Amino acid sequence: MARITLDGIAHAYNGNPRSDKDYALKPLHHVWEQGMAYALLGPSGCGKTTLLNIISGLVIPSEGRLLFDKTDVTNLPTEQRNIAQVFQFPVIYDTMTVAENLAFPLKNRRLPKVVIEKRVAEIAEMLDLTRVLNRRARGLTADAKQKISLGRGLVRADVSAVLFDEPLTVIDPALKWELRSKLKAVHRALDLLMIYVTHDQIEALTFADKVVVMNDGKAVQIGTPADLFERPEHTFVGYFIGSPGMNLLPAKVSGSSALVEGAEIHLGAAYPALPKGGRIQIGVRPDYTMLTQSGGLPVQVRRIADLGRKRLAYVNLGAHQVVATVPPEMSSVAHQTRVTFDPAHTHVYVDDLRVAGAAA
Amino acid sequence: MTFVLDHIGLSVGEEVMIDDVSLTLEQGTMNVLLGPTLSGKTTLMRLMAGLDRPTTGRLFADGVEVTRLAVRRRSVAMVYQQFVNYPSLSVYENIASPLRVAGVARAEIDVRVKEAARFLRLENLLERMPAQLSGGQQQRTAIARALVKRAGLVLLDEPLANLDYKLREELREELPRIFAETGAILVYATTEPTEALLLGGVTITLREGRVTQVGPTALVYRRPENIDAARVFSDPPLNELAIDKHGALVTLEGGRNLPAVGALSRLADGAYRLGFRADAVTIGEAQSSSLGFPGQVAVTEISGSESFVHVDVGLGVWVCLEAGVQEWQPGDHVEVRVDANRTFVFDAAGKLAATPYIAKTA
Repeated sequence: MARITLDGIAHAYNGNPRSDKDYALKPLHHVWEQGMAYALLGPSGCGKTTLLNIISGLVIPSEGRLLFDKTDVTNLPTEQRNIAQVFQFPVIYDTMTVAENLAFPLKNRRLPKVVIEKRVAEIAEMLDLTRVLNRRARGLTADAKQKISLGRGLVRADVSAVLFDEPLTVIDPALKWELRSKLKAVHRALDLLMIYVTHDQIEALTFADKVVVMNDGKAVQIGTPADLFERPEHTFVGYFIGSPGMNLLPAKVSGSSALVEGAEIHLGAAYPALPKGGRIQIGVRPDYTMLTQSGGLPVQVRRIADLGRKRLAYVNLGAHQVVATVPPEMSSVAHQTRVTFDPAHTHVYVDDLRVAGAAA
Repeated sequence: MTFVLDHIGLSVGEEVMIDDVSLTLEQGTMNVLLGPTLSGKTTLMRLMAGLDRPTTGRLFADGVEVTRLAVRRRSVAMVYQQFVNYPSLSVYENIASPLRVAGVARAEIDVRVKEAARFLRLENLLERMPAQLSGGQQQRTAIARALVKRAGLVLLDEPLANLDYKLREELREELPRIFAETGAILVYATTEPTEALLLGGVTITLREGRVTQVGPTALVYRRPENIDAARVFSDPPLNELAIDKHGALVTLEGGRNLPAVGALSRLADGAYRLGFRADAVTIGEAQSSSLGFPGQVAVTEISGSESFVHVDVGLGVWVCLEAGVQEWQPGDHVEVRVDANRTFVFDAAGKLAATPYIAKTA
């Protein structure tokens, strides 16, 4: 049981950083609370694995302190940190039964037999492994093995944190749904701090209470799934969260309106005093960008993607590419048509950072 | 060219790997092989490529039988999930390698390599070695090598599976466009329904080495001909319910009766299995054309714009898709309704007996 404090944690693999670029992980201050689930999300090379390795003890950060509750663990080896880890591929003993695999981390800690049996039964029940408890792990399918791996990570009640490193990579889509919801249910039932690394936004958003979006060694936003979706604080978050990502268009903003490709659009808020000289963009998600026959801005449709439960239009707005939602009632889409942006969900960015508007 | 698989089968010992597959693939088309791991996607591609020989059936390229033709004499290129490049060759030489082997003139090689590099945005990386590239750049190099051959048949075996989510999104956008310009037949294997929908074209659903359906992608999605095709083409997974229809009622497992509403009222009496996707289930009281079920929330997953609520209705756990952020807590008692007009009905053999989408797509 613990809260984890990242006190100015930073890392440069060359050990002697001279500029910002030398950091694989730029200085980070944050507190992760007991009982919460966090996801570290970002493209490869963003620093998420470096951060996970710092928490697990594989990497000693070149700057800052790592606290588990009030204990400084920055320089402690992994085995003294009291953490559990689940990796991309199953790490289990093939010759042991499922029950023995689950019991292993507890036996190592010399817990009484009755305690072990109770906990193994509990975890097996949560992960639907009860029926195979006495089977050897060897003959089981890849996803069953990964479930055992998850179970081994979750079986100890006294760990400071459970770390997951892309644990669902090898799992088929249909089973991913099952395992993800199991994991989430387990997290609800157990009072554990969980940290989950992934590049898959759906995994991150559906699993975590809070998602740390990372890019280029930096945590660009830490927020709930709804925060990241509705109010991306950085254009990178707009782009990276959502599929496809946010539409970003250069604009001139004055008061509560913006000039986009020579046409004026209405903003949901007023921006009386934007910083001078910055690069100004508006950002609107495809979900709030609608094709329409009248009003809005003129666009040329490049193609329509039929995604089953919705249709997206890939359109050109002047020199810019925009993705819009095709309203369900629009049966055929003309090549020349128009789009509207929902003012309540249109954000203003200056040099990639969101500017909060005042009531218009 | 046109590529034909005529009753292709592959058995290894007693085990049937590919079971009597017949397909006709037309020039310039995108053909998606959709199926879970071990459904036979890779095996089928290897047979098409000539890397393995079928135990039964024949292959034709433009009417000429190629079943026994050596790989290197076929007009085929393949890209694997695990990107393969020659580590000691530059990006340029990696892309050029199949042309060098084929003895293409140097000037022609240069033109084709640069063209492929431009398509795949590798122009500035041509002098790099593979080890100096990111995963996405390495896979683009492997794809460029397939492109430069100008093969008539291009096989892409989960080519984006090992890449970052966002990179996948971008390459998925670009790949069909790039290959469409070459006029090749594209075959693209994936486990993901959404990827199939984004790629469009024709979808071939597979299960345990058998083709369960072939058709235009959006049509297969809206009108799966059997429960296997419906299952493989649903993400979240297909919700299912066994019913016994008699007169104006349907009886559920456990004996509960519900009125046979909407499309169900037109069914002949008998046993059926209903299959309905997450967007056909809503939390709320039953309405005139829906079936109501009391249930308990198991877990809620929020994707930012939507919420997936997993509800245990006693007959199984269903996934309901709700717009926006819905904070249902585990254990909450809820009523869910299934829209009977948006439900696929399968008969005892698993074949589609009724679908709400027929009228819409006809």
